[in-house]
Amino acid sequence: MAEMAANGQEPEVLFWVGCAGSFDDRYKRVTRAFVQILEHVGVKYAVLGTEESCTGDPAKRAGNEFLFQMQALTNIEVLNGYNIKKIVTACPHCFNTIKNEYPDLGGNYEVIHHSTFLQQLINDGKVHVQGGEAFKGKRITYHDSCYLGRANDIYEAPRDVLAALDADLVEMKRSRANGLCCGAGGAQMFKEAEPGRKEINIERTEEALATLGAEGVIATACPFCMVMMNDGVKNKEQEQNVKVFDIAELIAQAEGLTK
Amino acid sequence: MIGISNIIFLIVAAIGIGLFVWQIRKIRKNVLMGRDLVLEDNPSERINKTLLVAFGQQKMFKRMLPAILHLFVYVGFLVINIEVLEILIDGIFGTHRVLGFMGPFYDGLMAVNEVLAALVIVACAIFLWRRNVTKVPRLATGVEMRAWPKMDANIILMIEIILMFALFAFNIADLKLAELKGHELAGAFPVSSMFVNAFGADAGMLATIASVGWWIHIIGILAFMNYLPSSKHFHIIMAFPNVYFSKLVPKGKMTTNPAITHEIKAMLDPSYQPPAPEVDAEGNPVIQRFGAKDIEDLTWKQMMDAYTCTECGRCTSVCPANITGKLLSPRKIIMDTRDRMEEKGEHPAIFKPNHYKEMGVERVETTEEKTLLRGYITPEELWACTTCNACVESCPVNIDQLSTIMDLRRYLVLEESAAPASLNAMFTNIENNGAPWAFPASDRFNWADELYLPSKN
Repeated sequence: MAEMAANGQEPEVLFWVGCAGSFDDRYKRVTRAFVQILEHVGVKYAVLGTEESCTGDPAKRAGNEFLFQMQALTNIEVLNGYNIKKIVTACPHCFNTIKNEYPDLGGNYEVIHHSTFLQQLINDGKVHVQGGEAFKGKRITYHDSCYLGRANDIYEAPRDVLAALDADLVEMKRSRANGLCCGAGGAQMFKEAEPGRKEINIERTEEALATLGAEGVIATACPFCMVMMNDGVKNKEQEQNVKVFDIAELIAQAEGLTK
Repeated sequence: MIGISNIIFLIVAAIGIGLFVWQIRKIRKNVLMGRDLVLEDNPSERINKTLLVAFGQQKMFKRMLPAILHLFVYVGFLVINIEVLEILIDGIFGTHRVLGFMGPFYDGLMAVNEVLAALVIVACAIFLWRRNVTKVPRLATGVEMRAWPKMDANIILMIEIILMFALFAFNIADLKLAELKGHELAGAFPVSSMFVNAFGADAGMLATIASVGWWIHIIGILAFMNYLPSSKHFHIIMAFPNVYFSKLVPKGKMTTNPAITHEIKAMLDPSYQPPAPEVDAEGNPVIQRFGAKDIEDLTWKQMMDAYTCTECGRCTSVCPANITGKLLSPRKIIMDTRDRMEEKGEHPAIFKPNHYKEMGVERVETTEEKTLLRGYITPEELWACTTCNACVESCPVNIDQLSTIMDLRRYLVLEESAAPASLNAMFTNIENNGAPWAFPASDRFNWADELYLPSKN
């Protein structure tokens, strides 16, 4: 972004990568897949790179309002400094925080989650999903992210994106507004779960496995969900049969951008 | 024809209504112990929501069987209010079925009323069955579902059945009496006419039955009305304002504390002038807690939530923490709030406080502290929450359990620095590296190293 600004240019959209997208080895693949889609369709985009910082979501949900606002105010200063108007992100937590909580602190942007962004690209015919046949007959179940679904009422966009793949979409018993949390939200990602009978991600993975049958794909649209579902699948020793992918990866694959 | 019975009725009605008003004032006072909050934006959206969710029962229909049964009882309650109006007029002025002059409309009204009354009995019987025989898990289990909440539910259902039977006794006897005297009784009675011979043909006896039925029905209603403020059944009133004042912004948006914003802005920019702090009546600055430790740290809306709760347990039954056996139960958070509020404020009850804690063994280990936090709700419960909003989504009367959980968490972190160690480590990482993980900010762009970009070939 700094480079673009130095050249006196402004991006159409800023891709907010997020901490998971920057540091988590698995989610870096999603970041790359999404960037490849952006390149493919020729959108003029930018990333903040090392100037990006945590939105403050985990701090806020853990109750640390002070740290959250420190992060938010600093980020807003950077974003406003570059005159950013439109932001796209592959993380529902970043999406929710920037979209809903930054305006109170002086950060007003058009914030789009990558599921909505991808849906628009497909609707506009910019992404054709030519290799979609590869998914024909494959069972895919979409796991709703709480921060996309219940928190922001985005249920259809990721499903529409998956529908473009011509795969066999199956719904879990608890889906959409009744979806079950992966167990990582509200800063749970960063701590041990409280004592109980079971881990939440195991409960959810069992539900996904029961829906998919012998093999298939669990589609996610959130880095936390991806980690939790992957852990669950490994815990059930099903990683050979059931894969967890982000919707951006599936689109990039279908479009022949990644292998 | 105003006689002694009318005067007695007038006194009974005045006592009943007066007592109810007295209790409502106490509840209002309790709710107003909470922090100020302005919720006057978008009245049209609020009215819409009230029509859909409260009047239209929209969210009840996530579960079909209870939704339909509840609908019978709810519509029965709405329609019967018209008849209660008639009863009041009849009672005061010694008239008999005063609204009968409305002809066909009255016929229809009575007919609908009778069918609904019968459905109410059926629904309540099934509800009793579900609670006591099949023991629907969300109604029967949970640390907070003890002697009192269970008894409360049964009392409500029994009273409703008795009220309906009294109404039928009155109608049947009245119908038979009219038949004996050979004149037409205003109204149509599809159910009562089936049982018209139930009480024999003694005119004196029938008059007594009609009168007893009538008195039981109206005294029952007045008594029941005064039972409401002590009971979960108070939702029949509170659901409407509570839905009106519900959250209109996306569920993911949590409140921002402006006091903290000023503090940070002053820290980042020494020339920043924060606004003068609020002062109380004596001119001393008001120092508010960050987050909530006790009742008065919550907002009046969160207090209202507590009085609206029907203890149906839909929130708890969808809570991922609860499903997997953790201590958190969103319903308990709300019931605790109400109990603490009545402990610190006033008991609306005229006979028995609503403390579920007082009846049953403590199953969540709380401390001796007399505050909502720790005295009622433990940190372990709070830390189990994933903020997934499933509880909020499931509540048929738009209670925001999550906002209360979050405010209590904030107190733990901001005032006591009592977060679990792993969360403190996460805070430190964010402070030092700008990420919840211990990776240096300089590595943030490393994902691009392995990126194959055709355009950059």
